[in-house]
Amino acid sequence: MAALRTAWHSRETGGVEMEALFYIAALVGVAATGMVITRHNAVHALLYLIVSLLAVALIFFLLGAPFVAALEVMIYAGAIMVLFLFVVMMLNQGPSTVEQERRWLQPGMWTGPSILAVILLGELVYLFGSGTVQDIHAIVPVDPKQVSLVLLGPYLIGVELASMLLLPGLIGAYHLGRRLTKAEAST
Amino acid sequence: MTTTASLPLMQGLLLAGLLFGLGLIGLLVRRNIIFVLMAVEIMLNAAGLAFVVAGARWGQADGQVMFLFVLALAAAEVSVGLALVLRFYREFNQLDADAACRMWG
Repeated sequence: MAALRTAWHSRETGGVEMEALFYIAALVGVAATGMVITRHNAVHALLYLIVSLLAVALIFFLLGAPFVAALEVMIYAGAIMVLFLFVVMMLNQGPSTVEQERRWLQPGMWTGPSILAVILLGELVYLFGSGTVQDIHAIVPVDPKQVSLVLLGPYLIGVELASMLLLPGLIGAYHLGRRLTKAEAST
Repeated sequence: MTTTASLPLMQGLLLAGLLFGLGLIGLLVRRNIIFVLMAVEIMLNAAGLAFVVAGARWGQADGQVMFLFVLALAAAEVSVGLALVLRFYREFNQLDADAACRMWG
């Protein structure tokens, strides 16, 4: 009976822990997103946007979707943000670039994103360190195998449609981004 | 136990709505075209969050599959959007979306 009560109690604290972790990550995400839409500087906004995406990734993990959490970090916070950064850096060519870099990379501008990211890191370390990951998943986790079985089974037509979307995206980006010849530019 | 099970659904959907609203505000308020693209990314991400939350509520993989499609859509959208930004900057030498308020056909 005592063991049962202890087990139930640990399950209860698992739920409370999950609530607390969820709310902290949600607060970090909302705060970072609020900073994104109020920054004047594109690079600062990108830093906060990365923190916001990492917070959403942590929430995915808490919801029992580890595969999607990893994809969020890799594709959103990795690839797409790097694309944004490339374009922001490409747009500012010229003699004023060095001066602009100096203004953008002031010491201290990184503290806000760093604090939010350290909060998220603390949550992650707590999640793996405390060994209560199984308790926290009061909801059934959906592992990558299930996702891929559904993705390449009933949703196969969606995969084909995504490929048909990505190819025009590639061609369109190449067409729009190419350098104009003199004849085309003059028209 | 019921509160634990229902927690992710309601609060997750609220969070998704909040993020979507913030993205919408950013989209409406900002005139810099790069910030407009970032706001669109925030809104797409919030929609994906809603899908994953709903999928987690029922323990099904369908929500995550839909998130994968949203991810592919976001990647295609942002590549074309950023190519447009490059073209826009080359054309107008600024990033104000209002600079392109007229079309010349």
